[in-house]
Amino acid sequence: MTTTYLERILDPWREFDRMSRLLNRTSSPVSSEYPAVNVWVNGDNAVITTEIPGIERDTIDISVTGNTVSLSGSRPAEETKEEESYHRHELWHGKFSKMIKLPFNIDADKVKATYSKGVLQISLPQLETDKPRKINIK
Amino acid sequence: MTDTLKEVQKKEAELEKGVERTRETRVFTPAVDIIEKGNDIVILADMPGVDENSVDVTLEKDLLTIYGKIEPEIPANHKLVISEYGIGDYQRTFTLTSEIDKEHIRATVSDGVLRLVLPKAEKEKTRKIPVTGHA
Repeated sequence: MTTTYLERILDPWREFDRMSRLLNRTSSPVSSEYPAVNVWVNGDNAVITTEIPGIERDTIDISVTGNTVSLSGSRPAEETKEEESYHRHELWHGKFSKMIKLPFNIDADKVKATYSKGVLQISLPQLETDKPRKINIK
Repeated sequence: MTDTLKEVQKKEAELEKGVERTRETRVFTPAVDIIEKGNDIVILADMPGVDENSVDVTLEKDLLTIYGKIEPEIPANHKLVISEYGIGDYQRTFTLTSEIDKEHIRATVSDGVLRLVLPKAEKEKTRKIPVTGHA
């Protein structure tokens, strides 16, 4: 069913629904569906794991700004010739990007990442200057 | 939005009624591509966490089963705070047509993707049976 622009603005609930969904999306700590991530925390260190099988290693890009980690990469489609045909096509391919917010600022210099067996694991320590400091009373 | 979410999430494998698993683990159905490439049928299966030592490919009669065993790598002393995917073994079974040359199936694993190459058997020539009638 297609709706016209007029119908959309005449239905305030539809608009409300759309707005709240948008708001929910931005306030969530993760930005998009693919790839699914698990986040593990131990005090001042966080570990993000994600299953991204078949990704070209060179395309994996991890960048850190403040408390946010951005992941991106791409998976090439299987090369097929014209006479070849798919009986089943369930695998995902294309480009992805995802942002994950952590509860602390990350020490970008100490971030370590491994990609093995299709699983990406990133270790993210908290920034030293961001850690709580004990103040001695004189 | 929910549709795309479903697509990228792993599907948990269904158990037959009355059957129980011996290992205390979740089992997922890996997503696959099946491509016909000239003389080969190629099966690609997404099995992240699996390598060449932890995947089993068995062929019993016409049933080809792939099973990937996972040793979950849990970061020591860490607590899971966001969980978007589950970890478990993979299993999927395919029925092969008799056209496959079962002796020459090849399997490789790379970056969590299993690749099976099933060569088609040389087709038996159709034999024509002459019908003779009595005069």
